[in-house]
Amino acid sequence: METLKIIGAIITLIGSIFLFLGALGLLRMPDVYTRIQAGTKASTLGTILSLLGIGMIIPGWYGKIIILIVFVLLTNPVSSHVLARAAHYIGIPLSDKTIVDKLEVVEKLKVDKLKEESPELKTISNFSPQNK
Amino acid sequence: MVNSILTAALIIILLALLISLIRFLKGPSTVDRVISFDVMTISSIALIALIAYFSNRIIYLDVAIVYGLLSFLGVLIVARYIERGL
Repeated sequence: METLKIIGAIITLIGSIFLFLGALGLLRMPDVYTRIQAGTKASTLGTILSLLGIGMIIPGWYGKIIILIVFVLLTNPVSSHVLARAAHYIGIPLSDKTIVDKLEVVEKLKVDKLKEESPELKTISNFSPQNK
Repeated sequence: MVNSILTAALIIILLALLISLIRFLKGPSTVDRVISFDVMTISSIALIALIAYFSNRIIYLDVAIVYGLLSFLGVLIVARYIERGL
């Protein structure tokens, strides 16, 4: 019983180290998208490990802890995805080391198709989501 | 033994909150600030769970659930506001 508690405490410690590394990546990464990547993924894993460790220390709390883990696992990727899409939509520049940006190509195709369908939009020269 | 390891975990989580607070104050764009706020909230869920262990009350985990729900809604609303206005 005592060894299980110590294993749970060590798992909580590993989770808190993941949270710290996520915050450090948030401070050191060069642009918005890599910050979203570093911060959200590392902090999801860190929170899940911390909650699992506390659930191993006190076995009676497993119900609410599993609810919390499922909740964090479902909502965290959704919020980071929505934020990354909003950041790309308002045209925040990518880092200099970026090689390919497929979302920009897709948005350009959409704008071209929209211009073909409705001719009055052709008079507007800079009709693009990037220039909003 | 268990208590000392968990105290170390608590201190590391507080350091993580402090570092993301620096990015929150520095951040050049709005999205940086929202992301660091999100990371701070998710770290706070682990912190609240640790506080619930130290004070031995299961009711604090309900606070963590409601806190996570409110932060998720807040991030979604701010992203929608950035993208197309309210």
